Amino acid sequence: MSALGDAFVYLNDPFNWIRSGGILDLLVQHLRISGLAVLLAAALAVPAGVLLGRSGRGAGAIVALSNVSRAVPTLALLTVLAVTPLGFSETGTVLALAVFAVPPMLTNTFVGFREVDRDVREAARAMGMSRGQMLRQVELPLALPLVMTGVRTAAVQVVATATLAALVGGGGLGRIINLGFGQQDLGQILAGAVLVAALALLTELVLVLVSTAVTPGQRRWPLRRVRSSPAGEPEPTSSGVPL
Amino acid sequence: MAFLGALSATGDPAARMLAADEAPNPWFDPSYVTDNWDTIVGYLGQHVRLTVGAVLLGALIALPLALLARRTRLLAGPVLGLSSVVYTIPSLAMFAFLAPFTGPLSPTTVLIGLTLYTLVILVRNFLTGLQGVPADVREAARGMGYGPARLFLQVDLPLALPTFMAGLRIATVSTVALVTVGVITGNGGLGQLIIGGLNSNFYRAEIVTGAVGCVLLALVADVLLAGLERLLTPWTRAAT
Repeated sequence: MSALGDAFVYLNDPFNWIRSGGILDLLVQHLRISGLAVLLAAALAVPAGVLLGRSGRGAGAIVALSNVSRAVPTLALLTVLAVTPLGFSETGTVLALAVFAVPPMLTNTFVGFREVDRDVREAARAMGMSRGQMLRQVELPLALPLVMTGVRTAAVQVVATATLAALVGGGGLGRIINLGFGQQDLGQILAGAVLVAALALLTELVLVLVSTAVTPGQRRWPLRRVRSSPAGEPEPTSSGVPL
Repeated sequence: MAFLGALSATGDPAARMLAADEAPNPWFDPSYVTDNWDTIVGYLGQHVRLTVGAVLLGALIALPLALLARRTRLLAGPVLGLSSVVYTIPSLAMFAFLAPFTGPLSPTTVLIGLTLYTLVILVRNFLTGLQGVPADVREAARGMGYGPARLFLQVDLPLALPTFMAGLRIATVSTVALVTVGVITGNGGLGQLIIGGLNSNFYRAEIVTGAVGCVLLALVADVLLAGLERLLTPWTRAAT
């Protein structure tokens, strides 16, 4: 397969990495866009999820939101924002990605806080905890695994979707694939695919480790957990769409 | 037509504006839809074909995989692990991975890529549905002399059907949205309108037609599948 060889040559050429507009520049841009989008979405979705989850209201609205967001193509929103006065800016891309990062975070935070055991809450209140203390010392530690699942799902999705920005003139690693298709250069297409897929998988891996590290209680490192969970349960929440 | 007329009427050389800013460029333009009906229907047809093809192929492959994974615990881990790896790969990269082998401009690239994604969703849901069938019910059926085929068709399938249908609905709706990424190969269904509009000097009516078309298609598909589920599971209504 000459495409494989070409891809290897492309990835093995230091010039392709360090030149301006090369892989490293695009990677930095990709991570900057993704990071801003995740932060923006988290700033909106996590507090909202905490509020709604503690009161237990709004479940219907959240389910509707995550279902509708599944039906809207990310490409459509990216394009629509690109033709608004925002134009071809990173702002437009960040906004579009943040919109799609909200539903997974909101759903998971909501479920996490709603599912805190009533008895535990009551015991905390009986011990004289204030609402703030309960939130910090009781509810947050119990809800944290699901909140982190939401953040991880959203972040992986954002890193994946950020590649689509290249289709509407934006930056990021998707540009390598887009240029490859434009020139019908199979080697470059494959090289771009490897880079983008590796980044997405790496993001997932890093975030799994981070969420294991920040979750209080007995550590259950991901590789060991596989043995003990037999059920092929899909994630309990809207994990969004593959992107 | 109003668009073209306005474009030619603006002949003021003093105003240095882009044509795109000067011409009326409404977000919603019914005349675009009527004038380009055949094009739109063509892309819509491709969109539907790719979606239906990917979901059907995915279901055909997912069912035996789920049945195998239920049978042996050894297989369930790798099947689910591999499927979540596939799910993490961005669609653009997926199409790019396939392009050298199936052709960078071929609809097969898009179809195979989409099938892989539906496969991931469906295997998980099928397996959950099958595992949700109570073991004593299956044992009772086996005790009554049901063979494997009859056990599957008359016991497993009806009991797991709600979970199966939920998986099919999620897979269909997300596939409708994902087909748009196929524009990279020139086979993006309604996504062609979105990117086509972008490339035609930001023709908003075309972009909006493509975007709204996608959302409507997803909703229609979801409603149809929900109706199918109601038809297939009459007992769930009789119970309430």
